[in-house]
Amino acid sequence: MKMIEKDNSRREFLKKVGLLSLGTVALASCNSSDYEDFLQQNFKTLSKEEKDEIVKNLEKRYSEKYGKEFHVSDKAAKEGILFGYALDISRCVGCRRCVYACVEENNQSRDPQIHWIQVLQMHKEKGIDFAHSTVHYNPEIVPEPGKFYLPVACQQCRNPQCTTVCPTRATWQEEDGIVVVDYNWCIGCRYCVAACPYGARHFNWGEPNVPIEEINPETHYLGNRPRTKGVIEKCTFCVQRVRKDEGHYPACVEICPVGARKFGNLLDPNSEVRYILENKRVLVLKEELNTQPKFYYFFGV
Amino acid sequence: MNLFRFFIGSLKIIINGGRLYYSCIFFLAILIIWGAFGYYDQLKDGLIMTNMRDSVSWGFYIGNFTFFVGVAAAAVMLVIPAYIYDWKSIKEIVIFGEILAICAVIICLSFIMVDIGNPLRFWHMLPFIGTMNFPSSILSWDFFVLSTYFILNLVIVTYLLYSHFYNKEYKKSIILPLVLLSIPAAIAIHTVTAFLYNALPARPYWNSALLAPRFLTTAFCSGPALLILIFQIIRKTTKFEIKDESLFKIAELMVYAMFIYLFFTLAELFKEFYSDTEHIIYWKYLLMGVEKNREIVIYSWSSIIMGFTAFLLFLIPSTRKNLFTLNVGVVLIFLSVYFEKGITLIVPGFTPDVLGQFYFYIPSETEIRTAVMIFSSGVLLFIFIARIAIAILFNGFSIESLKKK
Ligand code: SF4
Ligand code: SF4
Repeated sequence: MKMIEKDNSRREFLKKVGLLSLGTVALASCNSSDYEDFLQQNFKTLSKEEKDEIVKNLEKRYSEKYGKEFHVSDKAAKEGILFGYALDISRCVGCRRCVYACVEENNQSRDPQIHWIQVLQMHKEKGIDFAHSTVHYNPEIVPEPGKFYLPVACQQCRNPQCTTVCPTRATWQEEDGIVVVDYNWCIGCRYCVAACPYGARHFNWGEPNVPIEEINPETHYLGNRPRTKGVIEKCTFCVQRVRKDEGHYPACVEICPVGARKFGNLLDPNSEVRYILENKRVLVLKEELNTQPKFYYFFGV
Repeated sequence: MNLFRFFIGSLKIIINGGRLYYSCIFFLAILIIWGAFGYYDQLKDGLIMTNMRDSVSWGFYIGNFTFFVGVAAAAVMLVIPAYIYDWKSIKEIVIFGEILAICAVIICLSFIMVDIGNPLRFWHMLPFIGTMNFPSSILSWDFFVLSTYFILNLVIVTYLLYSHFYNKEYKKSIILPLVLLSIPAAIAIHTVTAFLYNALPARPYWNSALLAPRFLTTAFCSGPALLILIFQIIRKTTKFEIKDESLFKIAELMVYAMFIYLFFTLAELFKEFYSDTEHIIYWKYLLMGVEKNREIVIYSWSSIIMGFTAFLLFLIPSTRKNLFTLNVGVVLIFLSVYFEKGITLIVPGFTPDVLGQFYFYIPSETEIRTAVMIFSSGVLLFIFIARIAIAILFNGFSIESLKKK
């Protein structure tokens, strides 16, 4: 108990120091909510009450801004869950429906365009070969003969490079294995972009832009809530959906027309992903880098 | 009171000067303003004004940062030969080297500031008030060593000038350990900066153990090159004495550095081209371009050619020991390293990106203008500090001179 108090007083003190030293800079353009944002600490270090307070304020602000009721959850990871993903390369037809379902579910900026999922078109005779792949394929009908498709998003590494390099601890791996970003804490140095071997981290180069009528108001603080320019975002396995008590699937799993995408709890021996790991031929991308993804590719047929 | 008088006195020194001086300052001021207007666009609309994108997520800014870390590091390392060969004006060499280092570190930090998406959140990476990711993140390390180095140099320069200003003898027992400490610190800033890139297994182009050694050798070329020029200017305009022989000696040391660099690079090229793995693609992009995209080839080859010419000029005794050809060589090697660090070190690391996709990057106008702004401000700062230092060291600007008036 005492520890916490001490911590809080330290935080109070630091807030004051911050206020004094940086106040002059911040004062110029701010109203009070900008000010609070500016002084907000790393989400991971906040107490339950502070988190609730922040989340409440955000809900209010977003509701006003977008003119509809907004929910911002800060639901934490549940014990006994480690999320894993499996994608059937032999089924995927490269239709990119997952890409757009993801964009809509997760409020990704339309212009400038951000896609958390990249679908790579590869040549069957070359196998998985990034050097000869392209994301810019555009035929009338997919799949094309001689081609196969490899959708890549965050591989939710067990040993993630992106969190190691982040100078501010603005990105971390949660207990249930999801790698998240605190958009209020990220300074936008893009070291994580350089470090991620899967091109999974996306930067808001300009002010993100989502049409008001298309915005998804069911959000999570560490997931799909609206972002600002100058911060990193990435796939979170739809943290706002999968952490719900009813346990929804990620949007990409639901939309996939050929059922190539499987999702579940790696710690549950009866889950579908566990079945796949035990019974199919499974691979992970860039295994030699020791990132140990929780995103598996397999050949179902 | 004395401090106030010192400031007024320094201000007078800064604003007094000949016509050449004024035109220099004026020119720099214009460049700064022109650059600032470019930077303003970026402040307003974000980094989208640059040509960087997710595929090539670092570019010209980080390249410049890297280059100036090199300049900062090498400026101080000149202390070693000055000490070994017992050049007379070792104190002055230390002072000007460290002033250069101070300005270079400021330039470095400015490039980081313009490169990050949320400059106002910079404090998040500090210890205590933020959540510094120490010791995991090499960027935290880099920030740590750069600040240490900066403070070290600031203390040394301030102390030396201060004692001179008050006509006191400086205490060797204070200065010597600090100067000795600043040498490993100089090596540290450059090594850690190299590790910044080196530490990323996702980027094979940088993931070579030779990266840090290559960094150090190029720094030994660019930093001293700048100092050779600066020394000549100061020598012309003040009582500062540095013999031609000393300049030639610096050039000779640079030849060794260049030779080692050449050797390292050849070793790297041999490994890459002979083993011909899929990682060769970055080197091919660097040296030959990919299909029609050859933007970067101009930079790499001009860097190579300039560097090689400088090497020859410095290697042959008769051209090394001739001030004119020496200066040509100095300019060439400086530009060569600038192209190398500014463009050809960073960009091929990202081209193609981790998923094998090509995005072709060259700096945008905003990036160039912002860089010009920072660069000119740094030069201006150096001129100002150097002039005050010159006044104190050679022109009798001291506490007495102030009291007399
Ligand atoms: S795929 Fe990239 S962003 Fe995702 S956890 Fe791994 S390193 Fe981090
Ligand atoms: S861009 Fe943000 S999340 Fe990525 S390393 Fe920098 S501060 Fe961390």
